Amino acid sequence: MPKIKLPTKSPHIDMTPMVDTFAVILTFLLLTAQMRQTEPANVDTPFSISEKPTPDFNMMTFLLSNDGKIFMNFDNGGDTLTKFRPKILVEVGKRYGIEFTDIQQREFEKYPSSIGVPIEKMKEFLDNKNMAERNKLQTGIPMDSADNQLAIWVLYARQVNPNVQACIKGDSEAHFETVEKLLDILQDKNVNRFNLITSLEAAKINLEEIQQ
Amino acid sequence: MAEIIVEEKGKGGKKKAKKHPPHLDMTPMVDLMCLLITFFMLTTAFSKSKVMEIILPEKLKDDKPQEAPRISASRTLNIILGPNNKLYWYPGAVKPEDFNNLPPLMETDYSAEGIRKLLLERNRTLAKKIDEFNKDVISGKIQISQDSVRGAISQLKKIDDTGPIVLVKAYKDANYGNFVDILDEMNICGIARYTFMKIAWYEVKMVETAAGIQSGTAKPATN
Repeated sequence: MPKIKLPTKSPHIDMTPMVDTFAVILTFLLLTAQMRQTEPANVDTPFSISEKPTPDFNMMTFLLSNDGKIFMNFDNGGDTLTKFRPKILVEVGKRYGIEFTDIQQREFEKYPSSIGVPIEKMKEFLDNKNMAERNKLQTGIPMDSADNQLAIWVLYARQVNPNVQACIKGDSEAHFETVEKLLDILQDKNVNRFNLITSLEAAKINLEEIQQ
Repeated sequence: MAEIIVEEKGKGGKKKAKKHPPHLDMTPMVDLMCLLITFFMLTTAFSKSKVMEIILPEKLKDDKPQEAPRISASRTLNIILGPNNKLYWYPGAVKPEDFNNLPPLMETDYSAEGIRKLLLERNRTLAKKIDEFNKDVISGKIQISQDSVRGAISQLKKIDDTGPIVLVKAYKDANYGNFVDILDEMNICGIARYTFMKIAWYEVKMVETAAGIQSGTAKPATN
């Protein structure tokens, strides 16, 4: 009995609608995209039920890594219209007798994530173009009582932009001593209102259960 | 179909440019777009992170000793964040005459069965009021704009005088996650009055006794 031969030609599928769909999804993603910042330290934020969104500007963010380092970021990334970042850098530099060139200021302005470099190393950091070498210089902002650079940063950030709000983005494993120190420094500079950055989680309470 | 054939026949053998556009193979484009979409999905931060607000009492700059605000011990609840994600609490206050015989700490945890139950039991009247208010807003019994809901709830909290006064303290080995968790728990249970304060030396001692840590560094401050 002869076998029935199936046609070997593959069926042709018209891909055009698929391309259309993908183009729509891609456009949507491009328009809504908010690039995830690559932070100098990996931070897992804790969860809370708070639904207040993070402000987009007028903020200084303190990044607490779980090995006790503190990094700082202003206005959540590089290019804001207000251009507070270079002003803050210049003021802090003046305090330590360091002058930053225009190129260095621009470099600081457009740096996309948090910075945790001691001020003495800042020039070296800004001149360096290599990302890996830069990250090596990120050793956290010094904040012991002998050399409290964090307090200076806070002071000038508030002087340059009086509306700045303090946001704390901490790893949930971060040691509490670091947090306490940071709160202490901020309170010394009369910052009493803090925004703790968290991820959203749902919590339900059951009142009936408790009344029994 | 039949029509087309008829038409072709009508034109005779005359050659005509094809009406169909040339067929483009879209598959590589699909591949490319797939790649791009995957890339964007992975690099986009989808949910914007949220913030939880906390306002701490102002630090006193001058050395003038200030009288501590009087709060009734019966309403006070002390919560101490302990080491290794442990959570301790004790009611009331420790009087100076008890320093040699410190009261034991109760241990609980961060779960819904632990600290949340404890707080809700003490904060039942207020929590019920807030819950009823929220239900009324959702069911439409109370017509109120979304912005005023927060204000109305904080007003409810303000006039409440039955709920506990919670003092949150942290032992030095606690972590940041514990701190956020406990403040979150305050928001969930609708605690009207809570604050975060420095741990006292006798509380350090109490935690160390309860957790079995031997350090002996806890001593009364000299001033």
